[in-house]
Order: sequence, then C-alpha cells, then structure tokens
Amino acid sequence: MIDGADDGDVDGDALERRSAVRVVPPARPRKLAKVPFVELADGRLQGVVSSGSDLRRVYVSSFTAGTHDFSCSTNNNRPCGGLYGRPCKHLVALANEAVVQYGLERVARYLRVEVGEGDTLVSRLQGQAEQATAAAVFSRFLRHLAYLEVPDAVAPVPEMHWFPASGAAV
Amino acid sequence: MAEEHLAALAGGRAALFGAVHDALLARLDGCAGRERAEWREPGRGEDTAANLLAGCRSWLTELAITGWRGVDHDLVSSADPTLEALLARPALRRQAVLLDGLAAELRASCPVATLERVPARRWADLWTRAVLLARGAGEEEPAETVSGRLLVLGVDVHEHGTAVQAQVHGVLETRDAARLVRTSVTAAKVDTIVGPAVWRLLTGHPVLMGALAGRLTLNLKDMPLLAGGDLLWHDDRASAGEPADPFATARVVLPRAVAPPVPPLDRHPVRIAEPVLLEGYKARRETLELDGTTLAIDTGRLPACGPLTPALVAASTECVGLMRWDGGRWAVQPLAVRATVKKKPVEAHTGDWALGPADPKIAKAEARTGDAVAVLRERAGRLLRA
Repeated sequence: MIDGADDGDVDGDALERRSAVRVVPPARPRKLAKVPFVELADGRLQGVVSSGSDLRRVYVSSFTAGTHDFSCSTNNNRPCGGLYGRPCKHLVALANEAVVQYGLERVARYLRVEVGEGDTLVSRLQGQAEQATAAAVFSRFLRHLAYLEVPDAVAPVPEMHWFPASGAAV
Repeated sequence: MAEEHLAALAGGRAALFGAVHDALLARLDGCAGRERAEWREPGRGEDTAANLLAGCRSWLTELAITGWRGVDHDLVSSADPTLEALLARPALRRQAVLLDGLAAELRASCPVATLERVPARRWADLWTRAVLLARGAGEEEPAETVSGRLLVLGVDVHEHGTAVQAQVHGVLETRDAARLVRTSVTAAKVDTIVGPAVWRLLTGHPVLMGALAGRLTLNLKDMPLLAGGDLLWHDDRASAGEPADPFATARVVLPRAVAPPVPPLDRHPVRIAEPVLLEGYKARRETLELDGTTLAIDTGRLPACGPLTPALVAASTECVGLMRWDGGRWAVQPLAVRATVKKKPVEAHTGDWALGPADPKIAKAEARTGDAVAVLRERAGRLLRA
C-alpha cells in the first residue's frame, strides 16, 4: 500500500529534507523592452537599460548595496549625461524594474535599505554618483543573451527532475 | 582530500539513494500492476571532454572542501568559465544544466553562512549527481529506432533560471507491443522568460507542440529510442494524427503498456514520475481521498505555463498524473484534470498552451508584458554581433 500524506513531516523542515524544494523564487514577468537585464550580483543592483534614441546604444546602471552610490554610463564607458548628483532616468527605470522582477522586499534586503510604506525604492537610495566600470556588467549581459543562442537538446536531462516548473496561479 | 575520495563518497551516496529508488519503484509497480522491462547496457560513443570534466571536478572538489556554509561569491563565480564551455557542447548538456542550476542557487544564497537553514538534502543530491556525471562516459547510443503511434498522456515541465525541459509521457504502440515512453525537449533560457512564454522557446518542435496543444496522436517513423525508454525527438520523423483523449489512453492503453527500465545513473527517488489515472476520489486543497487513503497533491509542480491551478485540481474528479516521492511521502503531480466548475465540466492539460495561451485573460497579461523572447533575441542580434 502506498503511504498516505500524513506520515511525512514535510512542513517543519521541508527545506532540509526535500530534494525538489525551490530555493530561488522565480522572477516575475515584466516588460523587457526598456530594461532588458537586471540582476542582484557582486554587491550591486545592476543592469542594462536600452537607449530611447539609438537602438545600438545601451546604458549600464548600478546601485551599490550599503552605500547606495550609483553609476550610469554607456557600454563604452561614456558617462550618462543625465546624471547630476542624483539618479538619472536610466537608474530610476532600473530600480523600478528590479522591484517588478524580484519584489520590493528582496531588492531592499539586498541593497540594505529601509523602504517605508508609500516610499519608492529609488527615493530611499540617497548615495552619490560613483565611477563603476560598465564592462563587467555589460559582458554579463552578453553572456545572459548568449543563452538564447544555445541549441535545443532532445536527449533527456533527468537532472531537471530536481527543478520542477511551478508557480501556477492560485 | 583527493578527488577520488570525494568520488567514492558520491558513489556511496548515489548507491544508497539508488536502492531507495528501486524499492519505491518496485512497490509502486506492484500497486499499479505495472510490468517493467530489464535494463540492457547501451553502447557509448567516445568520451571527448576530459579537460572540461576535469574543470567540473575541481570546482566540485573545492565546493566539498569549503562546505556549504563557506560558499561565497568568488567560489560560485569561479565556475563561470567551465559553465560557459559546457553549454557549448551538446553532449554535455546534462552536466551544464545541472551545474548552472546549482550555481544559481548558491549565488542567490551568498554568503551561505548567513542562511538560517541550508537545503542540505537537495544540494547534496545535486553535488553527488554532478560528481558522477563529471567522471565521464561517452554519449549514449540509441538502442533501436521505432515506428508506430505515440499516444500522449501528458507533459511534465521542468524549469530553472536558464533551462526549460518539456518531458512528454506517452504510450508507444508498435506492431507487437505497447510501451510506456518519454520524450524530452530542452531549451536554454534566461530567468526573465517565465510562464507561458517558455513555450516560445520550443517552437523548433512544431509537430510535438501542436500535438500537445491539440491533444493529437503522433505517428512516428524511425525515431531513435534510448535503453531507458526515452525517444530522441526528431520533429521531422513525426506527424500529427487523429485526436486522442489522454484520459482514454490512461484508462485503456496504459494498463497493458510495459514500463521501461531506469538507467543505473538515474536511479534516485526524485526521478520517479510514473503516470497514473486517478478517479473516484474526493479532492481537497492539498490532498485526495481515495479508497480510504489520503494522497498528497504536489501543487508545487503545477507549472505557470499551463492552465492547471490548485483550485482546478481541488475541484477535479479525474486526474492523469505522475506519482512522485519526496520528503518521505508519495504525492501525485497532476498533468491533466477533469473538474466541475460552476456546474460545467472543464478539462485542462499542462500542454494546452504549447502553441500559446488559450485563456483570454492569460493572453492579455502576456500581451501587456510583451514578447520577452522576441525582445531578448532582438537585443542579442544587435549586441552580440556588434
């Protein structure tokens, strides 16, 4: 006879005992046209913002966790013209899209910032403009895009049983 | 500690879980009255990736010596060059997808020392499998090619940030036999492609996707079949046939289908995914009452890319699903349900949206966020080759 649902203590220590437990919450769907890439990595909220006027130009923008200093420049390291001591429109877009993708709580925790009710994330990021190299983030973005060029596989990947698709609406 | 010691440790752990897998599957086969074919070791091609696999082994060794609690950004990032090289080699896709999934979880958990709890069972599973895959063994050769009719039971979707796999379960009818088989297509993706958009990554297999969305039989001609019961899908060797009801397949054809053996390396409880038909039960939010027994519903395996929801499952009276074992208990993962909603009969399958969402509400939500795949492909086209 198959065991019933009652003999496993799944709730209490599910994270430690289960094989297929979800560790990284899935990203929430968002529009990618303006901000195609956002990540919480290397101690920064960083990403890539497409230029509104030139399809080939992108801006690399970032906020540093803790200090909340920010930077924005083109992928060729030319400083963004809109950066006057406070976040430019690219940085504002980056912060807003990060909140859509990861949820406010996760982004605020990563940046170590308190966001009160009624506040936006970006209004609480009161650091100063800093110089950061765009190259590293831009190359991570290119690596990200390169996934879309990996050919499909038709041999089974049994290891994916550890990674169930989830997230159906309630 | 040398690599060989860690390999022995991984081998021992895998053997233990393999034995648990065998016992569970034997019990399930007994309950379902399922006959299972015997394993025959297939031929293998040459092992051609010694250097890359050595890179994997050294990262996995580093990980083991450091311990989960010591993992930081630098250690995780040190796998990046190896991962990139693995992804470029189709024969190493299993290792690539596994390590990428593990690395992403470690990265999101960094510094691991500050975590309240560590997913110890899971990460040890993933590490163990990666160590074994990194020991190398050439690509498996198909045991045979088959022709016949594939009756789909349902599709199980697997997904992490950078990969999605649609694994179809079905019964293959050939001239003289009915066999339970699977076929899988895997695409690379990025974390911002989620929900129904993942199907857009699989449009290179139009016959298979069309059969899922339209609930059609598939006629196969000379399709390669691996020893473990996996068809290597070639869309040009298949054509869509008559409509077929997966519930009828599960009721009529599944009971006489012979199940495939499990490849030795794959023997782990997490891989148990046996199709069953359940009916005459009473569903609740998290469980089914069936013949005086309570069976858990694995609501965590209802994918966002299909129409099945916990509410629909709770309203259901019939279900084609996969039997799963995790956390010390059995659960059913629904692939299709028949339910009564507002006094009307409703039927939903995980593959219903394989050609795009049929639900106008979902289609509208998708239109609002735009086509993520198209946006990123445009960016890739412009920037990767700039």
